[in-house]
Amino acid sequence: MLTTQSSISGSSQSPRSPSSQPYLSVSVTDPVKLGNGVQAYISYRVITKTNFPEYQGPEKIVIRRYNDFVWLQDRLFEKYKGIFIPPLPEKSTVEKFRFSAEFIEMRRQALDVFVNRIASHHELQQSEDLRTFLQADEETMERLRFHETGIFKKPADWMQIFKDVQSKVSDVVLGKEKPVEESNPEYEKLKHYIFELENHLAEAQKHAYRLVKRHRELGQSLADFGKAAKLLGTCEGNALGKAFTELGVKSETLSIKLQKEAEQLLMNFEEPLKDYVRAVQSIKATIAERANAFRQQCELAETIKLKEINLDKLMLTRSDRVGEAEHEYKELKAEGEEATRRFETIVRLMSEEIVRFQEQKTRDMGVAFHEFAKGQARLANSIADAWRSLLPKLESCSPV
Amino acid sequence: MMRQENHGDQEADLHASQDDMESLVLDEPPSSNGQSSPSASTSVDRHSATATPATSSQGFNSILEPPSYADAIFTSFDSSSSNGHDCPKPSSYQSESPTRSEFLKIWVTDPQKELELSNSLVPGGTSYYTYLITTRTNMPEYGGPGSEFTVRRRFKDVVTLADRLSESFRGFFIPIRPDKSVVDSQVMQIEQFVELRRVALAKYLNKLAVHPTIKKSEELRLFLVVKGKLPLTRSVDMASRMLDGAVRLPRQLTGEATAVTDVNEAAQPAKGGRDLLRIFRELKQSVVNDWGGVKPTAVEDDKEFLERKEKVAEFEQQLSNLSQQAESLVKAQQDMGETMGELGLAFVKLTKLETEGAMFESQTIRANDMKNVATASVKASRLYRELNSQTVKHLDKLHEYLGVMLAVNSAFSDRSSALLTVQTLSSELVSLQSRIEKLEAAASKIFGGDRSRMRKIEELKETLKISEDAKSCAVREYERIKENNRSELERLDRERHEDFMGMLRGFVLNQAGYAEKMANAWEKLAEETGGYVKDGS
Repeated sequence: MLTTQSSISGSSQSPRSPSSQPYLSVSVTDPVKLGNGVQAYISYRVITKTNFPEYQGPEKIVIRRYNDFVWLQDRLFEKYKGIFIPPLPEKSTVEKFRFSAEFIEMRRQALDVFVNRIASHHELQQSEDLRTFLQADEETMERLRFHETGIFKKPADWMQIFKDVQSKVSDVVLGKEKPVEESNPEYEKLKHYIFELENHLAEAQKHAYRLVKRHRELGQSLADFGKAAKLLGTCEGNALGKAFTELGVKSETLSIKLQKEAEQLLMNFEEPLKDYVRAVQSIKATIAERANAFRQQCELAETIKLKEINLDKLMLTRSDRVGEAEHEYKELKAEGEEATRRFETIVRLMSEEIVRFQEQKTRDMGVAFHEFAKGQARLANSIADAWRSLLPKLESCSPV
Repeated sequence: MMRQENHGDQEADLHASQDDMESLVLDEPPSSNGQSSPSASTSVDRHSATATPATSSQGFNSILEPPSYADAIFTSFDSSSSNGHDCPKPSSYQSESPTRSEFLKIWVTDPQKELELSNSLVPGGTSYYTYLITTRTNMPEYGGPGSEFTVRRRFKDVVTLADRLSESFRGFFIPIRPDKSVVDSQVMQIEQFVELRRVALAKYLNKLAVHPTIKKSEELRLFLVVKGKLPLTRSVDMASRMLDGAVRLPRQLTGEATAVTDVNEAAQPAKGGRDLLRIFRELKQSVVNDWGGVKPTAVEDDKEFLERKEKVAEFEQQLSNLSQQAESLVKAQQDMGETMGELGLAFVKLTKLETEGAMFESQTIRANDMKNVATASVKASRLYRELNSQTVKHLDKLHEYLGVMLAVNSAFSDRSSALLTVQTLSSELVSLQSRIEKLEAAASKIFGGDRSRMRKIEELKETLKISEDAKSCAVREYERIKENNRSELERLDRERHEDFMGMLRGFVLNQAGYAEKMANAWEKLAEETGGYVKDGS
């Protein structure tokens, strides 16, 4: 299970009764397959429980689908630049896999975590779009979703943002533009760290996924081995045959345990790692946003300077365009201030977010590691116990 | 306890490749203990023909009780704690034979390339490899305790030995010799091939050396002891031409007047090329048998044997199946170990990243957690690898017995061909009898008799006598082979029981022991991460 922050927002140490303390908790449940063939999709029941005054009531249930969540993420990304928007599970491309029970459950969990992270973030939880998402009826939602993410506009795509950043870089390389970047060594360090982190995490996640597969494979081969041993046992007969049969039975038992552990490993270890990767990718998107904001600010600053020079020139020559130029200049200055404010907000938010992020991830990973260790220990102990229990039987077998 | 790592160690960790994983800093080395329980499996050296396995051994009882077999396992199986043995360790359930155990141990070493003498058509001659065969024994046939011999042999000599043994020991389960296969230079270098062959030869010769009957054979002794050219000819029969081979049958069968045959030769199996006519005869006989025409006098009515043969076939099939699954199991274990190791390395890299220029304390904490995960994973990976190499040694018994099955089938076909010989001779006797009777009946009608016919009758009667003798020989041979089959089956049952029980015990002990060790490593990690509790749990 992916961990979330405490779902109680605001001050958490108050001894007041639960009803007077503000809360907003959401659960994503009940996946149901709707539609046919290529059009088929999964819908989820989203249950909201809250005492926030802005909400319609203490409880609300709506039906949502994956693209609705994507809409929400897009909106938040637009409005709350600087904040690390919680990541969404990937859109699945493999048809066959899309409706497997495992996939559906993993996605449901990830969506649940997604919404709850938003609901427990002190700024994001105030979002109007969140309220819409949690309360609007299905037709409204569909309209909004289609309008924003229909065929005319691509859904928020981290990759698209990266491409923008990348194309900026290549422009610089080709000499099309001079690099406009912050000269902030600590920020540079952070960027470098984030990029490296994504690579390393992706690798760890890849191996974690493979480990799940290995568990399944070992389980399968133990099952086959057990079956073959049982057959040999029947063929042998007498004490030795019994020994083989017992071995076979134990192997089959352990095979089942391995399959179970593979499931646990997937849910409790591999998924959290995957979630971590996505979270880092979200940060990269914010980094791109910050770069955009900085560039805008610089560009405006440039333009304002030029305008200022121009204005001075006009004033000297007592041109009749002075008034116009003054007006434009004032407008630009306001825009410039706005751009600066936007940029500085992002910087401020990011520095807060990064602290939260690190703490959150240490907690998330700690839990994942603990579950991993517990699972592996549990498995190893079952294996040891199973084989150990076989030994007395092998001892007692006397020769023909 | 975890050792405190400094950046230097982590540097080393980061650059560790898969192979270098061995050098990664891990916690406590495998614990050793005072127990010296002997290996529960590996090859059993059968020292006497009457070995009876002990029902329990002192080693196992003491390690049945918890906490763990792991320690006991490591002293037995850990290759690093070897006692310098290069002999197979004695099986713990091996009992002492009444007499001092005989041993015959053979080493195959030092392959050398030698040139073929230039009687070949190829200019410059061809080359072949010879191997140094060293034998140590205390058997009286070889000169008693402390005897040691060294000879040089080539693979052709081994083939000769194998052929001669299969002739002399019909009905026995004779170990199958290594393949003659020619090396394809695309597939393997000549050095690799020679090395594989050297190992295969050692295995083969040692298998011969533990066979209770064959170890005492003159053929083996000559092979191991006599320096220079191997004093064994390729085959017993001297005639290699078809006609000469046919000499060995009563001449009337071939319609030619030839010298008296050696009846014993007649009892030997028909060999290809040399005994074509005889083979045709016996083939005809076997067809007759199958079509249920003339009822042969000696029918394989040993029901017990036929049932046994079927069971053996069934056993062979299941064994082969299990052996295949064992291979898959080993592969799966290997893969698991590899992936676990790669996971560990990935976390090592992450640890390094989080440590270098950490900006927050939460990062430092996480780095420590990741280091613990890396340690546990790498340790588990190492344990899987060790477990696997032991598993291979145990389950190899399965493969070995597939080889034994080949020997069994060969022994069974010795019996069948001996029976066929008996049946052939019986049929010939019957037909000779009837010819004689016909001639006598015809002769009695003419008073005084027909001179030539009388002579013919006399000749036939002579031939009959020879054929009867030949048949007695063949029957004796058949009975001998039957007995060999029987005693060998008994031996096989005993040894198989011993071997497989040992294999199972070893396999299970191994799995249990390593699983415990792994549990320890993971429990440690669980403890180290005990501060993190899942929400709602």
